[in-house]
Amino acid sequence: MWFTSLCFTFAAKKTHHNSRPFSPIISMNFPPNSINMNQDLQDSVNFCQQVRRDIVRMVHAVNSGHPGGSLGCTEFFVALYRHVMTYDAKNFDMDGKGEDLFFLSNGHISPVYYSVLARCGFFPVEELKTFRKINSRLQGHPTTHEGLPGIRIASGSLGQGLSVAIGAALAKKRNADKKLVFSLHGDGELQEGQIWEAAMYAGSNKVDNLIATIDANGRQIDGNTEDVLDLGNIGEKFAAFGWEVVTIAAGNDLPTVVNVLKQAIDLSGRGKPVCIVMRTEMGAGVDFMMGSHKWHGVAPNDEQLESALAQLPETMGDY
Amino acid sequence: MFTDQGAKDTRSGFGAGLLELGKTNPKVVALCADLTGSLKMDAFEKEFPDRFYQVGIAEANMMGIAAGLTIGGNIPFTGTFANFSTGRVYDQIRQSIAYSGKNVKICASHAGVTLGEDGATHQILEDIGLMKMLPGMTVINPCDYNQTKAATLAIAEHEGPVYLRFGRPKVANFTPENQKFEIGKALLLKEGTDVSLFATGHLVWESLQAAYALEREGISVEVINIHTIKPLDEEAILKSVAKTGRAVTAEEHQINGGLGESIASTLSRNLPTPMQMIAVNDSFGESGTPDQLMKKYGLKDENIVAAVKRFF
Repeated sequence: MWFTSLCFTFAAKKTHHNSRPFSPIISMNFPPNSINMNQDLQDSVNFCQQVRRDIVRMVHAVNSGHPGGSLGCTEFFVALYRHVMTYDAKNFDMDGKGEDLFFLSNGHISPVYYSVLARCGFFPVEELKTFRKINSRLQGHPTTHEGLPGIRIASGSLGQGLSVAIGAALAKKRNADKKLVFSLHGDGELQEGQIWEAAMYAGSNKVDNLIATIDANGRQIDGNTEDVLDLGNIGEKFAAFGWEVVTIAAGNDLPTVVNVLKQAIDLSGRGKPVCIVMRTEMGAGVDFMMGSHKWHGVAPNDEQLESALAQLPETMGDY
Repeated sequence: MFTDQGAKDTRSGFGAGLLELGKTNPKVVALCADLTGSLKMDAFEKEFPDRFYQVGIAEANMMGIAAGLTIGGNIPFTGTFANFSTGRVYDQIRQSIAYSGKNVKICASHAGVTLGEDGATHQILEDIGLMKMLPGMTVINPCDYNQTKAATLAIAEHEGPVYLRFGRPKVANFTPENQKFEIGKALLLKEGTDVSLFATGHLVWESLQAAYALEREGISVEVINIHTIKPLDEEAILKSVAKTGRAVTAEEHQINGGLGESIASTLSRNLPTPMQMIAVNDSFGESGTPDQLMKKYGLKDENIVAAVKRFF
């Protein structure tokens, strides 16, 4: 099977603290080559490609924004919103009673978030053209302030989303709502102390209806995470704080991501919060954006846009 | 004339209000960062353990959890010292609560120099300024036990983030028991014609004592309790000053960023008026008894009397 060899629990895989876990081989997953892919998954692979087009077009249009992490997390968002979470996009409300909830903690990857929300029906796809422009609901970083459906918390200032997700998970428990809370965090974001306050709380208090994913791309604005401030072994750290830890070795392979998210759901409700350490490639899908931290927050110029779009043929129609 | 019904701490007013909310409003939940006894939240914890969240010494996480807990209509009340409720977690409040429009009640004890012996590390004098600058934040600083209890009940009915500030020491309890608290509505405590004296928190009692003393000397002082610093009751302020033509403000806070500054801003835009301000003058506090500190930092009734007399 395509997934069993690619996912494993933390206990089965321990890397040395100082090893370099972010192998460039991940960048070889384009185009995705998983076998036994059913039509639904194939549709989602095409969906990912359109989302990637949206991302590079959105940041190019305003010459600002964060394409690198957005491209790297495309499979995660598409997996989450097309294969994992239950939600009602047409009747969005803040409480999301009876729905799974998602909180984006590393808000700078708003392009991928907005594209997937729009293409999953939360708001018109045409609205993507307002990204980062005056009077838009699509602010540079996501916010509830402008009333954009799909957003339940403002994020951008890093390190805050895990606490919020814990609060929402506690609210779900209080309200006898069996649905789950998902969150996404950058690996560089783990340098913020509040993350570890939150990790300690969730482990100690058995917040087991929470699945937090770490986008482990090994990069941050100033360089590689291990050079800026080495995170050590992320999985071991969360495990030490009382979390169940699952690893996605190929976070840009859609079937793998879908499967591990489903595996994480199976691990929920057993007395531990679940952490997914998901290895991705920053800039995935656009050759010249991969293998470096330099495209964290830089927009492509006209020529670069053309080159990027040539690598990502239209699949669902541009906005 | 107001009389002290027996000294009580305002934090106990909060604790009593929270306990009552526990009984009357099932949506109210409480969070505390290892200061349950100091915040007088222990009665709520004991009676409603499944609605109480002990987060440990992790205030940033507490603010984020509170924001998330609003999902499904819960009304979270966070409790810790004023210093740890504001400056320590300003960005968490700004992004996850205020900007996100979450219905969180930030309840802060041990504000100001009257915290006493613990000293300046804990005596925040900047919290009103920090919180009033946040768009959409309501800022309340009640004056005594009864009013703090009433304010605690009132903020549960208000939709939106609130900063509720109170203190540690036992002080005069002089406002009516079971009073109705109206957010944003200044309270005229004593009418006067010569000077308008606007006070908040612990300084309301000091202001009343000052006004009574000045009355005996023939100066008629109007005392107004500004328990809500934001939104400010500009109408009540302008109405009083239109009559007296002189304004004095009194607060246990830095002169920069506090009530005095809010009133000065209102008056300068609408009715420029000579002013005196009783507040801490750009200084940190220090260890001492609450009364010693009030004296040393010029926050006592005699300091208010002297400020009023500068007009004459």
